[in-house]
Amino acid sequence: MEEKKYMNPYLAGLLLGLLLLTTIYITGRGLGASGAIKSTVVATIKFIAPDHTSNTKFYQEYSKENEGANPLLNWLVFEIIGVLIGAFISGLISGRLDLKLEKGPNSTTRMRIFGALIGGLLWGIGSQLGRGCTSGAALSGLAVMSTGGLLVMISIFGGAYGFAYFLRKFWI
Amino acid sequence: MGPLVPDIISPNLNYVIALIIGGLFGMILEQAGFSSSRKLVGLFYGYDFTVLRVFFTAGIVAMIGVLGLFHFGLLDINLIYINPTYIWSAIVGGLIMGLGFVLGGYCPGTSFCAASIGKIDAMIFIGGAFIGVLIFTEGYPIFESLYKSAYIGTPRISDTFNISPNLFAFILTLTALITFYFVSIIEKKVNKEEVKFIRINKTNIIIAISGIILLILSVNFIDRKTYLLRLVQDEYFVKSYPLKEMSVDELAFRLLDKSEQRLQIIDFRNDKSYSEWSLPRSTLFTVDNLFEKEPSQFLRYRHTDNLFVADDEMVERKMAIVAHKMGFKNIKILKGGLNAFKKNILEFEPINEPKTIDEQWLNRFRSRAKVEILELIKKNKPSGPVKKKQKRALGGC
Repeated sequence: MEEKKYMNPYLAGLLLGLLLLTTIYITGRGLGASGAIKSTVVATIKFIAPDHTSNTKFYQEYSKENEGANPLLNWLVFEIIGVLIGAFISGLISGRLDLKLEKGPNSTTRMRIFGALIGGLLWGIGSQLGRGCTSGAALSGLAVMSTGGLLVMISIFGGAYGFAYFLRKFWI
Repeated sequence: MGPLVPDIISPNLNYVIALIIGGLFGMILEQAGFSSSRKLVGLFYGYDFTVLRVFFTAGIVAMIGVLGLFHFGLLDINLIYINPTYIWSAIVGGLIMGLGFVLGGYCPGTSFCAASIGKIDAMIFIGGAFIGVLIFTEGYPIFESLYKSAYIGTPRISDTFNISPNLFAFILTLTALITFYFVSIIEKKVNKEEVKFIRINKTNIIIAISGIILLILSVNFIDRKTYLLRLVQDEYFVKSYPLKEMSVDELAFRLLDKSEQRLQIIDFRNDKSYSEWSLPRSTLFTVDNLFEKEPSQFLRYRHTDNLFVADDEMVERKMAIVAHKMGFKNIKILKGGLNAFKKNILEFEPINEPKTIDEQWLNRFRSRAKVEILELIKKNKPSGPVKKKQKRALGGC
């Protein structure tokens, strides 16, 4: 099947904005992504080493904040399951389902694997410090005009522009 | 009034909603092209500004939409999640994520989309993100002081810079429109396509018109509270606004009437005056309560008369106008305020040698009412301010 063209970015933005607005109206909170990773990590560690989680400060604070609920019974976990399904359907409709490694024209496969792994790792740490990622802190924070969210947004994009020059071999 | 969770939509149903919202989120991101790392990082090298367009448009639409919901009183700002501000943690975390963005080519949300359609680099990225979170949770003592430093609460940008939210929304929308224009030119130059400074076609006309509509909305969606409180500053307007009134005698009569069930007294004095003395069946209210989801429910009971009382009738009028404008029905004010009630009932001195039957009746009624109502006030233990059971939604990541 021929790959379909992407949606007009402004139309996609409008739809995403309306979806975010609906989310805030219904649930009082915005969209998110990194929180689901955190929930899964906490649940995994809790399953593997329950003694460890009950003795370690981070997990204690997490448990207290979430009133002891099962970490996987979390709004963002369900939302991300939805994202996986939704993106899969979209890829299926538009003929974009394909197992492949995407990289810049001058990048090697090894560079791309290294970049993806370390990039993901940095997001894991950064999103905890920033209390959210592009969706949870930057976009949702922007919608409710949170100072903290905007600060995260400026730092992510400002930082990325600052580092982009040094990493250009990965992409162009 | 929103948010609909937890009272209209139960926490369990909320998970189903999360699934649906997530599904739409994933579809939109994938359709926009966010499942491709090359497209995502194009933003940082100038060859593809899709991310900027989608992100900025979405942010502005949602932001102006939220202002609109506040404007029409459909959303309680005290109940929605506002991301907390920890200055240093936000900056350092953001910079780390920025580096992660250009290295990894994704952000977490987009990596899930990309992995879902089979991008191997995205799957590796997600693996990396798990390790990163684990490093944070296990190494928490190292990060903790940074993580919790410079906490300044949950201010909104309008609080931080002391500007109106509308002005901020307007400036941001304008900035976005100008940016959209310039990035199109940059994009064409970087991709070595023909650069035209003005291109008139259907898409661009729609974008321009939508931009203007958003600009107009951004300044018109004034916060309802600010708007209404400004409105009632005009004394003439307040005096001439038609409101239902209740006389002090009618109030006295209804307080003494044992079969009376329909009267709710809403007391707008301050805590101190209220705790000194208050009328039976009265509830202490503040102007803020009128704008909050839980307390305002109280005024929505059917078949009740909500009598607004304060020392001064002007205060009652102002509050009643605000409530009326917000769509609350059955609002009455006490004529002359509690000052008149105090003078004519609670401190009533009988008219010497009443000349007419009316005066005699007044003497009899008020003297009796004075004794009995003072007794009722003495017995009445003020119920205190409206309890705030409100709990903000938990959000963030």
